[in-house]
Amino acid sequence: MKTLADLRAIKEKAKLEMATREQTAKYRLVVAMGTCGIAAGARSVMTAIIDEISKRGISDTVVTQTGCLGYCDQEPLVQVMQPDKTVITYGKITPELARRIVAEHIGRDQVISDHVFMQS
Amino acid sequence: MHRIHVIIAMDPHTIAQGARSIKDALVKNIDLAGLNQDVRVVETGSLGIYNKGVVLVVFPDGIYYTGVKLEDVSEIVSEHLVKGRVVTRLRYSEIPEESRAEEKAPRFGKQVRVVLKNAGMIDPESIEEYIAQDGYEAFGKALTELTPKDVLKIVTDSGMLGRGGAFFPTGMKWGFAAREKSDEKYIICNADEGEPGTFKDRLILEGDPHAVLEGMCLAGYAIGAHMGYVYIRGEYHMSIARVRRAIEQAKKQGLLGKNIFGSGFDFDIQVREGAGAYICGEETALIESIEGKRGEPRDKPPFPPSVGLWGKPTIVNNVETLATVPQILLKGGDWYKSLGTESTPGTKVFTLVGNINNPGLIEVPLGITLREIIYDIGQGIPNGRGFKLAQLGGTTGGILTSEHLDLPLDIINLRSVEAGLGSGAMLVVDDTHNVVELVQNFAEFFNHESCGKCTLCREGTGRLVELLHKLTSGCGSEKDIDLIERLAGHMMKSAFCGLGQAAPVPILGCLRYFRDDFIAMAQQNQQRVPVSA
Ligand SMILES: Cc1cc2nc3c(=O)[nH]c(=O)nc-3n(C[C@H](O)[C@H](O)[C@H](O)COP(=O)(O)O)c2cc1C
Repeated sequence: MKTLADLRAIKEKAKLEMATREQTAKYRLVVAMGTCGIAAGARSVMTAIIDEISKRGISDTVVTQTGCLGYCDQEPLVQVMQPDKTVITYGKITPELARRIVAEHIGRDQVISDHVFMQS
Repeated sequence: MHRIHVIIAMDPHTIAQGARSIKDALVKNIDLAGLNQDVRVVETGSLGIYNKGVVLVVFPDGIYYTGVKLEDVSEIVSEHLVKGRVVTRLRYSEIPEESRAEEKAPRFGKQVRVVLKNAGMIDPESIEEYIAQDGYEAFGKALTELTPKDVLKIVTDSGMLGRGGAFFPTGMKWGFAAREKSDEKYIICNADEGEPGTFKDRLILEGDPHAVLEGMCLAGYAIGAHMGYVYIRGEYHMSIARVRRAIEQAKKQGLLGKNIFGSGFDFDIQVREGAGAYICGEETALIESIEGKRGEPRDKPPFPPSVGLWGKPTIVNNVETLATVPQILLKGGDWYKSLGTESTPGTKVFTLVGNINNPGLIEVPLGITLREIIYDIGQGIPNGRGFKLAQLGGTTGGILTSEHLDLPLDIINLRSVEAGLGSGAMLVVDDTHNVVELVQNFAEFFNHESCGKCTLCREGTGRLVELLHKLTSGCGSEKDIDLIERLAGHMMKSAFCGLGQAAPVPILGCLRYFRDDFIAMAQQNQQRVPVSA
């Protein structure tokens, strides 16, 4: 390392990996991973989300999971907790849709209204 | 990217409780659950929670688990990590329900983390994680944008006072050494930490070793030194290992060595191990010890900033002092002054020990009161007992009693009651303890640790033990109390170094507030609860 720019390059890379430990994230993505969710494909949805987030270098979002939300017929379910604390729940999510949620909702603050199952 | 990070505290306490095997089991169970792409297990230093067994935090939820046993691991993995359901049975129990919504423990509520900001958050064995938290940014900025004089001015203007016990202004000390003309100058980090009950420097070194190294680099740049030593007591195996590793990593990254950041500035750091003598924490005895001699204090003046290690200008600073410096450089002196009080800016790290529900490592802004520390952060005294006294700053510390519970803690207020902030232990003693036995315990420590160089300390510490023993064994009289007081007074005035001068402080403090206990002891041989300090 010879310059401040070298230091900052290391910093940005390490920061991304540590983002999970920050509790100041702007968005929180929650994947329902009860038995019903997993049976409906929540695991591949989760993998797609993680992959898309790291591809895009998004560091202000954390991804967590929760159990069955009680809407088993809508699984896989993905919730987006927004900065204003409102929650958008998307239903019947495929890995492709999951990638779109990351790109559009997280990346550009655009809700994909066609797939919203519930808002609160 | 891993979506879950499980942080496991690795300090001597948790390791003794099996943290290593629990970490191995975690990794294995995570593998078995097919989660190794999703979950990362990170070792970190102390999380500041003591006597609660092995401690884990699961991020991003920020859920603390304490008292984790090997047999709990599979449940944590299958319930929390796989299904996202918190294992409430193991959740950090002192967090009241109402504050759980914010996922924040109240013991952290009154704390302000400057020195400990990374401790328990980062992997201390990863320089990248330190860099991610603005690590080495201050050093880089200083070398590329600031002159040594600028650095000195920022530290001086911040009003920072050294955290090794004497609270000497850090900038002023550096200024003395900066003005000296010499081919060689040295920076020494004092990590001897011999004060009984104090283990904050150890946990800082174990939790965030790079912060201390960066502070040394900045001090070196400010005064024009090219070599630094970290003097660590020999029993601190983990501190030594982590500092050595950190030095290696910094060298690999070019943050130590020649021509750092292309600035032409060279700086290197080495570790020196102490052999566990309390006197070697005194800066001139420490210097003698590094030089390979018997650890005895030198005559002062000249002071180390003019004539120190191998006769060259030398700065000796405490671990906590040095760990604070990078942040002052990054955030500025005004930010630092906004913490703490006018006379004593900043925060102080304490090890809260003794009769307290929630012992541990804490960092608080100065100006906080004993009441807040004992009853809010420490969650009070066990078994509904009353507060008798607190000793602030290790065995040499002054004595505070219930009349001082609401005194804002800073150097001016404490000086007015003949106490000080000291090195960083806060010993809380409940009302079942006998003060004379407590004092005898202190006196025995000093007698054992007196280096023997000057008569007043060598003989005085021994006589104090004898006189106190006479009282506690029921053979004493009130005349002995007067003798203790006179002898202690002479030692304070005439002992050669800080050891002999400070040894009488807690004894005189206890005499001031609890003279009746001494008199009662002199008058009768009563039933007592033994003390272990
Ligand atoms: C008997 C004795 C023991 C000491 N032990 C320590 C110690 O363990 N660690 C420490 O930092 N300072 C210790 N000191 C204080 C040092 O002499 C010195 O003041 C301090 O390291 C300066 O650092 P600071 O300016 O950052 O406070 C001790 C002093 C005496 C008299």
